[in-house]
Amino acid sequence: MEILVCAKRVPDTAENEIQLNRAGTDIERDDLVYSVNEPDNYAVEEALQIAARTGGKVTVVTVGGDEDEEVLRREMAMGAARGVLISDDAFQGSDGRGIAAILKAYVQSEHYDLILTGVQAEDGCAQVGGMLAAMLDYPFASLVTSIEVLDGRKLKIGREIEGGSKEINAIDLPCVLSIQTGINEPRYVGMRGIRQVASVPIPTLGAADLGLGPDAAGEAAAKVKRVDYFVPPAGKGAEMLQGSREEIMEKLMDLLKAKGGLN
Amino acid sequence: MDSIAEATYWLIRGRELFLFLHLLGLACFAAIAARRLAPLLRAERDFRFDRPLARLGKLVQFWLAQWRHPRYRLAGVLHILIFAGFLLLASRAFTVLAMGLSDRFIDTGSGGFYGIVRHYATTVVFLCMGTAIVRRLVFRPARYGRPSADPIFLLSLIAILMAADGVFEGSQAAMHAQAGPAEFLAPWSLAWICQSAFAGAALATLRNLHLGAYLAHEFTFFFLLCYRPFGIQFHVETSLFSIYFAKLDRGTVKPVRWGVADQQLDTVPSFGVKKLEDFTWKHILDFYSCADCGRCAEQCPANAAGRPLSPRALSIKSRDYVFRHYPVWGPSSDGTPLVGGLYSEDEIWSCTTCGACEAECPLLVEYIDKIVDLRRGLVDDGKAPQPLHKPLKALEGRGNPFGKLEKKRADWAQGAVPIANGGGVETLFFADSITSYDDRAQSIGRAVARILGRLGGNFGILGAKERDSGHDVRRFGEETLFLALRDHNTEAIRASGARRIVTADPHAFNALKHDYKDVPPVEHASQAIARAVRTGQIRMKPVENGVYTYHDPCYLGRHNGIYQDPRDVLDAIPGLRRVEMKRSRDRSFCCGGGGLALFYEAQEEQRMGVLRVRMAAEAGASVMVTACPFCLVNIEDAIKVAGMEGQMTAIDLAELVDRQMVS
Repeated sequence: MEILVCAKRVPDTAENEIQLNRAGTDIERDDLVYSVNEPDNYAVEEALQIAARTGGKVTVVTVGGDEDEEVLRREMAMGAARGVLISDDAFQGSDGRGIAAILKAYVQSEHYDLILTGVQAEDGCAQVGGMLAAMLDYPFASLVTSIEVLDGRKLKIGREIEGGSKEINAIDLPCVLSIQTGINEPRYVGMRGIRQVASVPIPTLGAADLGLGPDAAGEAAAKVKRVDYFVPPAGKGAEMLQGSREEIMEKLMDLLKAKGGLN
Repeated sequence: MDSIAEATYWLIRGRELFLFLHLLGLACFAAIAARRLAPLLRAERDFRFDRPLARLGKLVQFWLAQWRHPRYRLAGVLHILIFAGFLLLASRAFTVLAMGLSDRFIDTGSGGFYGIVRHYATTVVFLCMGTAIVRRLVFRPARYGRPSADPIFLLSLIAILMAADGVFEGSQAAMHAQAGPAEFLAPWSLAWICQSAFAGAALATLRNLHLGAYLAHEFTFFFLLCYRPFGIQFHVETSLFSIYFAKLDRGTVKPVRWGVADQQLDTVPSFGVKKLEDFTWKHILDFYSCADCGRCAEQCPANAAGRPLSPRALSIKSRDYVFRHYPVWGPSSDGTPLVGGLYSEDEIWSCTTCGACEAECPLLVEYIDKIVDLRRGLVDDGKAPQPLHKPLKALEGRGNPFGKLEKKRADWAQGAVPIANGGGVETLFFADSITSYDDRAQSIGRAVARILGRLGGNFGILGAKERDSGHDVRRFGEETLFLALRDHNTEAIRASGARRIVTADPHAFNALKHDYKDVPPVEHASQAIARAVRTGQIRMKPVENGVYTYHDPCYLGRHNGIYQDPRDVLDAIPGLRRVEMKRSRDRSFCCGGGGLALFYEAQEEQRMGVLRVRMAAEAGASVMVTACPFCLVNIEDAIKVAGMEGQMTAIDLAELVDRQMVS
């Protein structure tokens, strides 16, 4: 099975102190550490496990600039056979629909049975996967927590639904799935792994390669524009529980149950 | 009448019979030993042929003088007696074997002084066997685990060998006594007792006893020889080699591949141990040498806390795996993978590399290098435990496991310590990550800074240019990341122009001392403080109350031998009452581990720190003093978990000195 995973480079929330820039239009990007969007690691791991079971290979694609090559290398160090960088100045300022259009053009230029995305980008809106499926006229499932390959061109997938329940669906290939974190345990990639794939060539595709005009992607095509960026003021919701340790534990359990934290 | 070689046994002359049996026994042993050698020859390289004098010294101390045995009093003394007996009886064994081939080797006299020595040696070994059997069957020390037939069988064989020699000589003396003056046998020795017991027997009976005892000796001797390579008894042969080739440098970790420079590591296709042959030959030899005495497991804090790790079990199951993988007969019968089959992943990650097992093992079996090599294999296969991914990634990106910003690395100093940037700074204070970023540990950094200030001389820190020392990155198997951290720090340290380094973190201390090259000499803060206390540069006011105990950090004590300096500092504080915990110095009990161990939660019944805090309470202490930021954090946590707030407090040595210093 030929699998494509769409990955994104994002500021690492575990290693940065995110602050707004003075204009309030973006976050302060000097001194940021970037990494692969965490949910995308789960998607790549799942793709690798499916490929190991059924054969085929895994390709990772990202839309961005030269600096985004590092996320492709990291995913290739995990085991992806190929990385593809889609980069063009014309794509600057694309909204989610623009990114989906770019990816659609790329998917149509190749042949993939299965397309995976992370459940959402840590700096994004969880929209590209669904739009990509719609543009390709492929079936789509979100929040996927298990994948089983059935005979023929079908998958059995589990989805997480509100309240912790799970539903099982059959879905036809080719399809697009957004992968929920926790579906697997992504393998560790260290500097050694990245160094081992450092010299593998990564093809770069531009707007011309994909036959995309300015009306498909880029700032002019964007229909969603960010108008503000702010940190919500801290609320006054803190409540200190009083009493003995047992009483506090009991109160905490009650609160967790009442607010839906436990089932 | 005495002749063994000329007597006939079932119509065969002794000379021919024993020549055949000797050769058969030796051939069998050679064939078995060759099979045992096979995995060693196919294993990884290990450079252990250097420094012969140092190695001979180890051999004298740990093999000949049995240095570590008395750490367990009764078992140790028994072992020393048996070992001494074996050494004394070695030449006797050859003489007895030779008697089967020629009459020239038969003693006619009492054998002189050696005769008396060996009579008693045989007797003492015989009695030791009896004591050891009773000990195992009746008293059953816990560290031996479930009673097993194997050691009893072995002990019995040796007892039979000794008894056979006694009967052999006793019957001979009894025969001689009937004809005239007999040789002198040492009174109350086995031979002497046999002679007395057989005194009235008929000559023919004595002769049969004599020949029968020889046959029993012959069969037992060669059976034992060939049986030894099948279990713990193999250490009789292998210990000589495993002690001679033992690791000489404490505190170090073996390179990924011996003979491959760090710069060439990218050419190594696979890191660490993934299959049996990835172990070095010395490590497989260690498996053979383990005598299953259980001392390591009894000292192992991971084992005590109920984690799925016992060094002893690791050795024994690895040995059995080697035996199944390279059987003496037939094809290899075990293809199970090492990790995930023979060992569980949790087992491999449970070790804090505290070194208690290695400090205890009488045979100098190594564990840390094996654990680190197994971890390297797991990391190389992408199987680092999930909770370590983020800290490792943060170490790569930000140079600390917490993912904190580099530019905040010097915030702990609150601007009071200058940044060393080339020239002028004599002493570099290497803080390392936990002291730089952990709220609690930062106070150790400030205390050390104030003490260094008191001592005069200018000092500085690297600040944002400092990265994690990588000490535990290396010990958790991420060699490539460690090398990157090391290279970065080495460059920054050299650029600082400092002539010496001081650190309060024993992990950083060990890394800078043993893992780094080409950096100035490094000292732990407790050493600098102890010197200042001795010269009177630091004077301290009396403490009011409290009973103090000192907890030895593993990487200060066991791995670097610094036990006395911190104690001297404590004893220099007027009015301070100090007690020792039962487990102190090289038997210190790990607090739970430093570095990445903070992020790994092994399956356990009990926290190591909680066990340690209880040990301090048992010693009557109310204040635990330590000299390591990780120990402090772990112990303070454990005091809370154990519900002992109010009864026990923890403080770092530097904090205590800072508090008590008078100008």
